[in-house]
Amino acid sequence: MALERKFKIGKPILEVKNISLSFGGVKAITDTSFDVLEHEVRAIIGPNGAGKSSMLNCINGIYKPQQGTVSFKGKEVPNITPNIMAQMGLSRTFQNLALFKRMSVLDNILVGRKLHTKTNFLEVAFQLPKVKKEEKLNRDRSEEIVSFLEIEDIKDTPVGKLPYGLQKKVELGRALATDSSIILLDEPMAGMNVEEKRDMCRFILKVNDELGTTMVLIEHDMGVVMDISDRVVVLDYGKVIGDGTPDEVRSNQKVIDAYLGVEH
Amino acid sequence: MKPVFMTYTKKDLINLAVCMVLSVLVIPTFITTEYWYTSILIPWLCLALATIGQQIVMGYTGQLALGAAGFMAAGAFAMFNLILRVPDLGFVGSLIVSGLIAAGFGILFGLPSLKVRGIYLMVATLASQFFIIWMIDKFGWFKNYDSSGIITAQDIVILGKPFTTPLAMYFVCLAVTTVLTLLAMNMARGSTGRNWMAVRDMDIAAESMGVSLLRTKVQAFAISAFYCGVAGALFAFCYLKSLEPVAFDIKLSFKILFMCILGGLGTINGAFIGAAFILLFPVLLNAIGNNVFHGAIDATIISSIEQVIFGGLMIIFMIYEPLGMAKLWENIKQKWKTKIPSSTNIKSSLSKKT
Repeated sequence: MALERKFKIGKPILEVKNISLSFGGVKAITDTSFDVLEHEVRAIIGPNGAGKSSMLNCINGIYKPQQGTVSFKGKEVPNITPNIMAQMGLSRTFQNLALFKRMSVLDNILVGRKLHTKTNFLEVAFQLPKVKKEEKLNRDRSEEIVSFLEIEDIKDTPVGKLPYGLQKKVELGRALATDSSIILLDEPMAGMNVEEKRDMCRFILKVNDELGTTMVLIEHDMGVVMDISDRVVVLDYGKVIGDGTPDEVRSNQKVIDAYLGVEH
Repeated sequence: MKPVFMTYTKKDLINLAVCMVLSVLVIPTFITTEYWYTSILIPWLCLALATIGQQIVMGYTGQLALGAAGFMAAGAFAMFNLILRVPDLGFVGSLIVSGLIAAGFGILFGLPSLKVRGIYLMVATLASQFFIIWMIDKFGWFKNYDSSGIITAQDIVILGKPFTTPLAMYFVCLAVTTVLTLLAMNMARGSTGRNWMAVRDMDIAAESMGVSLLRTKVQAFAISAFYCGVAGALFAFCYLKSLEPVAFDIKLSFKILFMCILGGLGTINGAFIGAAFILLFPVLLNAIGNNVFHGAIDATIISSIEQVIFGGLMIIFMIYEPLGMAKLWENIKQKWKTKIPSSTNIKSSLSKKT
């Protein structure tokens, strides 16, 4: 990790307080609280079914928790919807890839520029000068992201035709294009081989380092997470069982038990 | 490919120029029989325009809608009433306003798309088809209390000049279709089209990127209905030359749906290909029946064969080329140009990494 960070870790940007979520009688998350500091890399880990993805979906507004609040940038967000969170500067990727399959890589990334597109459909239909100007700005930014992620040679390929690892990269690119201050990554390295994982780690750190974007990632590969994150929160059965720096979490008995199992 | 003029690439400009030369110079010089204009070219342009409308909502935004003919009826009768009651608007003004009226209906009947999707939405949008036709039939005002059931459409007059010959009407349709096609292309290629396609391909991700589902879907329905409305007005005034609700029945909606699917979902040129195919195919079959078999086959059998072949083609396309004839054409062009498969660039990017 870089010795001197360009963007110093600051105040909490995202605070999750007492979130409880259940589906019918199944409790996915129980009374969970944690925070994310500005410019940090924060990991949420836990065994399968620990409620990690549900947690992200609550933060992003796809699920509505029965209890608890989410505060973003110091403000409590009352009616969270994905759209409101996007407008406030929170972007995300999805566990099972939610790309626009029939669109090209560049077009996918361009959709990420939606919130920086102010022109309406009539202006687009008549191709007014300001539309062209805006389109050029958005295209330039998207091209920048394409070269940042080193995917120039596939930028015109429909995303559906790409292998899994590259699709994950495109999804990161789309989240980046929003210029959000925080990006939630839902298992960015799932199903990747060692080399692809290393690549993805490099990009996550690079984004955090060069753009100062706060990264929240879910992962169940402990090794990878411990290397790249500043702080880790561990969930098990929908509850926080550990929260702290990778070293603290590693020596936490509850975490060890959850991962390795305990003798009964 | 770098755009050379606005957002168009060199290839687009060449295509546009070729189409314009063909439609403005070649067709009027070489085709002199009225039959071609009144029975093929004019309905082709009108239906292609309606198919573009269907493309916007179904091919681009992915909302299964089945009520194009209803919006066409709304446009046609709005046009009739506008010319009758607000003559100051002029032909072009009336055309635009009738499109807007149809768009209003589009918004109304597009609202269910926020709650239902897929085949259920298709059933919900059928309401537009039946409601609009019913409304026109029920309230005599829309037909100006004409009891005969069929109203003759007024003559087209633009800037004091009458456009009544088939060739003149062809030019009217051509001009409107060209302008609206270009606008549709601009939208489809720009940020508007990207929002539509994002909603089509993965609505939850689109929402997480800040694309409002409500606005995008309603917008697509409105624009789609606008295109259908204008197409309906042209269809009534240039092709049918009369107005009757029966002309805009569910069969026409299905026809437009087939044009959309056979032409290629999510393509603008597919609308023209699909419309041409569905219009010309019966003509071709008839010609074969008359010239090859010298009328030995009964006309009713020919029209049955037509249905059978359409049905078969639909199934074949759905299985082998869901993206329709436009994609087929694209593939043929690709094969012609290079013998290298399109997946090479993916492979090269992979080999570079390893």
